[in-house]
Amino acid sequence: MTVESKLLRLHVNGAPIDVAAPAHWTLLEVLRYRLLLTGSKQGCDKGDCGACTVLMDGRARLSCITLAADAVGHRVTTIEGLVTSAGLDKLQQTFDEAGALQCGFCQPGMIVAARACLDRKPEATRAEIKEALASNLCRCTGYTKIFEAVEQAVRAGKAAHIGGPAAMAPTASATGVAR
Amino acid sequence: MSAAKPAGDRTDSLEHVRSPNRTFGPQPPGERFEVIGKRMRKVDGAAKATGEALYTDDLALPGMLHGKTLRSPHAHARIKRIDTKKAEALDGVFGVVTGAEMPARFGVIPWTPDETALCIDKVRFIGDPVAAVAAVDEETAERAIQLIEVEYELLPALFDPAEALARKDVLIHEGNKHGNVTKEVKLEFGDLAAAFAKSDFIVEDDYFFHGTAHAPIETHVALARFGSDGVLTLWSATQIPHYVHRELAKVLDLPAPQIRVIQPCLGGAFGGKSDPFSLEFCAAKLAMKTRRPVKFLYTREEEFYAHRGRHPMAMHFKTGMTKDGKLTAVDSKILIDGGAYSSFGLVTTYYAGQLLTGPHHLPTYRFHSTRVFTNKPPCGPKRGHGSVQPRFALEVQIDRLAEKAGIDPIEVRRRNFQGAYTTTVNGQRVTSNGFDQCLNQVEVASGWKARRGKLGRGRGLGVAGSMYISGTNYCIYPNDMPQAGIQIKVDRSGLVTVFSGASDIGQGSNSVAAYIVAEELGMRVEDVRVVAADSDLCPVDLGAYSSRITFMVGNAAIHAARKLRTQVQAAVAAEWGIEAERVLLAGGFAFDRDDRSKAISSAKAFQITEARLETLGTTGSYNTPNLGGDYRGGTIGASPAYSYTACVAEVEVDEETGIVTVPHIWTAHDCGRALAPVLVEGQIEGSAYMGFGEVFLEDHDVNRFGLHARPNLLDYTIPTSMDCPEFHASIVESLDPEGPYGAKEAGEGPLHPTIPAIANAIHDACGIWLTKLPFTPAKVLAALQAQKAASGGARNGASGNGAAH
Ligand code: FES
Ligand code: FES
Repeated sequence: MTVESKLLRLHVNGAPIDVAAPAHWTLLEVLRYRLLLTGSKQGCDKGDCGACTVLMDGRARLSCITLAADAVGHRVTTIEGLVTSAGLDKLQQTFDEAGALQCGFCQPGMIVAARACLDRKPEATRAEIKEALASNLCRCTGYTKIFEAVEQAVRAGKAAHIGGPAAMAPTASATGVAR
Repeated sequence: MSAAKPAGDRTDSLEHVRSPNRTFGPQPPGERFEVIGKRMRKVDGAAKATGEALYTDDLALPGMLHGKTLRSPHAHARIKRIDTKKAEALDGVFGVVTGAEMPARFGVIPWTPDETALCIDKVRFIGDPVAAVAAVDEETAERAIQLIEVEYELLPALFDPAEALARKDVLIHEGNKHGNVTKEVKLEFGDLAAAFAKSDFIVEDDYFFHGTAHAPIETHVALARFGSDGVLTLWSATQIPHYVHRELAKVLDLPAPQIRVIQPCLGGAFGGKSDPFSLEFCAAKLAMKTRRPVKFLYTREEEFYAHRGRHPMAMHFKTGMTKDGKLTAVDSKILIDGGAYSSFGLVTTYYAGQLLTGPHHLPTYRFHSTRVFTNKPPCGPKRGHGSVQPRFALEVQIDRLAEKAGIDPIEVRRRNFQGAYTTTVNGQRVTSNGFDQCLNQVEVASGWKARRGKLGRGRGLGVAGSMYISGTNYCIYPNDMPQAGIQIKVDRSGLVTVFSGASDIGQGSNSVAAYIVAEELGMRVEDVRVVAADSDLCPVDLGAYSSRITFMVGNAAIHAARKLRTQVQAAVAAEWGIEAERVLLAGGFAFDRDDRSKAISSAKAFQITEARLETLGTTGSYNTPNLGGDYRGGTIGASPAYSYTACVAEVEVDEETGIVTVPHIWTAHDCGRALAPVLVEGQIEGSAYMGFGEVFLEDHDVNRFGLHARPNLLDYTIPTSMDCPEFHASIVESLDPEGPYGAKEAGEGPLHPTIPAIANAIHDACGIWLTKLPFTPAKVLAALQAQKAASGGARNGASGNGAAH
């Protein structure tokens, strides 16, 4: 009864990978069910909540409304890909430090969206942060501590910059086409 | 329901504070707090930030099948025939189940079991589950449920609770003794007639609170495996694993020891995962039938139909006040729209009245609440269960009366403050009470004195107050066993494992358990690991509801850890030849108080203790003292301690469009000792956020066919990062004698005053009283128009005539 699968050559979290999946599968389905990258969450499966946000070439993208086939030829980074041998992404650290995590279900998408924002605007203001996270719903926190976590990362980025570029930890998304 | 005896003298002695139930007082175990009260990270914070944390849908088992549920397309119908043959014949389908195979009735409240895992004779709302399928993948399962033939005989459907109350010819539950009434409570405390007679001002209005949903970002999901050892394991996104365990045994007709229930990481709940749900039974049953693991993941639409959200309430309130601002009497009549099943409705019906008797002193009080069935998705407990709705009505009436008496709204609340260590009119014992300090904090933080009434037309400030329970001594199924338990195991490496039955639903109960044990044993939090919510491994906890976990599990954790602390101190003291009280445990060490150079690591201290004693491990538990008024229902709403909240909201009303914006919400919450201030702030902010959403954006309603009006997160608008006010949370610590280190609840209380504070602020801004939620632009404009018509455009707050009815 299962639909015929297509072979897709994806590039996920820094490495190429071939995946066989039905042609109509979304990127979220392939990430979660084929690659077992369960960090990206499904909150609605129709583009309304942001829990499935990943980076495609450094830009935030809702993986539940992106066909896996459309990810071919692009660099996909998921929440798991933000962890490198250098450790956690600054945002992953500040979200933890600021207490921005309650149930945590929105957080992979939220952190990834915040990463896309800071990669483009390392000195993002609160208004810019709010706007960048507008399609990521959080039902627990009221966003207050999420904004604080992103601002902490902004401050850390500035401090690192003053201390010299070497102090700035590379982020996985920096491997994408930065804009 | 009979009228109750009036509660006793307000100066009742507080004997029970020193009851045999185990509590340890607000003091630190050592010289000072090392962990408690500090700004700590959560024990699972990094795992959640990296995506490592596993939620139920992240689990997969070899050979796992996927389940789908067929749901009723009719709001009310008799099931004449179900034919599953075609579905069973579909390639890739492994099993189909219908209601007849699971006939046992269940319900979270043992007195009102009116649900079956799948409908048998009747469907009672659009979305009621009728049959379920397990197939090789979701698509095949989806196709299979379309092949199930169900013949229905349509019945008249009731959507209006008033109609449901009146109609005797249409019964939603035929077996129900009282027509469509699921529960009715009438309680009266004191002589209301006399109290109203001596009132200088009386207000009487109708209020409406609409239905709202929890909308956790994780939908319901369950995975079941039936092993060859005969053990059924269920992983479920539930906040009440213990009740799920009990109901599974009943519905599947399996001995309870053969069932294991595990709650993995949970993606938000807010009360919405407090009932056993159809998918838990269906996954289990299909796993047993097919002998393969089965997972059900509800779609967002199904989540909205499964519901159990906030009950819509139509509320008639009458309140009296003397001219010096003292409340005299409150009289309410509340019609509660229960939806299709009982769920927690018995408790809701009590809470709608019982939880209103603080922080203001009510000399006399009466409530009459009636919950009725309707053919809509069933309502249940949502954050601030049962009491958020009447709190809105009462706090608005207090402002109306304050205006008539010419008294500032904060001042009027001060004058009615019930104080600490007292008894409420309905017989609830009050211990610590920091409501007066909460008022002070929001007054200062909001610049109330300088700004209220002076912001100009269209801008305003409003205040409200509230109280909530820290758990309740009404324990759903009657028993004399503890309400909460903790077990501690010590490893020779110096690792301590805490086994907690509690459900961490994001509020951080696992972190709090770790902080408490680390504090008691003088350890680093990193060396304490928590294993939680697994019925094979952990002691029973009743679940994450009624804001009970920090209070009850916290006390159990102190109890267990203090036993171990005492053992370690005694063993190390014997080793060193000193008195036990000289051995201090802190910061990962045991050391001699009088000779601090003498120190060993916690691991070494454990090894000494194990060598001298035996394999180390302790248990702890907590049970509530006997509380509550001496009348039927008097224990419902009786809590070992109450939290208190004051809130000020600032609004801007655009009188052209009717759009109200809320730039700021200040919330001060008395949670006793804040064991983990970051988590408490998160609860306060999240509560204010949720209340804000209910005021303006959210509406769980059905159309005239009973079809959900907006079962998705695009149309059911929960606040985004762009919508939210600035939330300013502050903590008041009125140390409670019975709470763990003096702590009380923080997860639900702070939601309550948000809604009336906004309503009162809108009045301050432009003189209208909005009485029906949600406050849509259309309602604001209508009220402004009515105000104009009544007073020819008279100014701000000139009269109460602008009420939008
Ligand atoms: S799951 Fe993709 S937006 Fe909700
Ligand atoms: S932390 Fe729970 S949804 Fe954001």
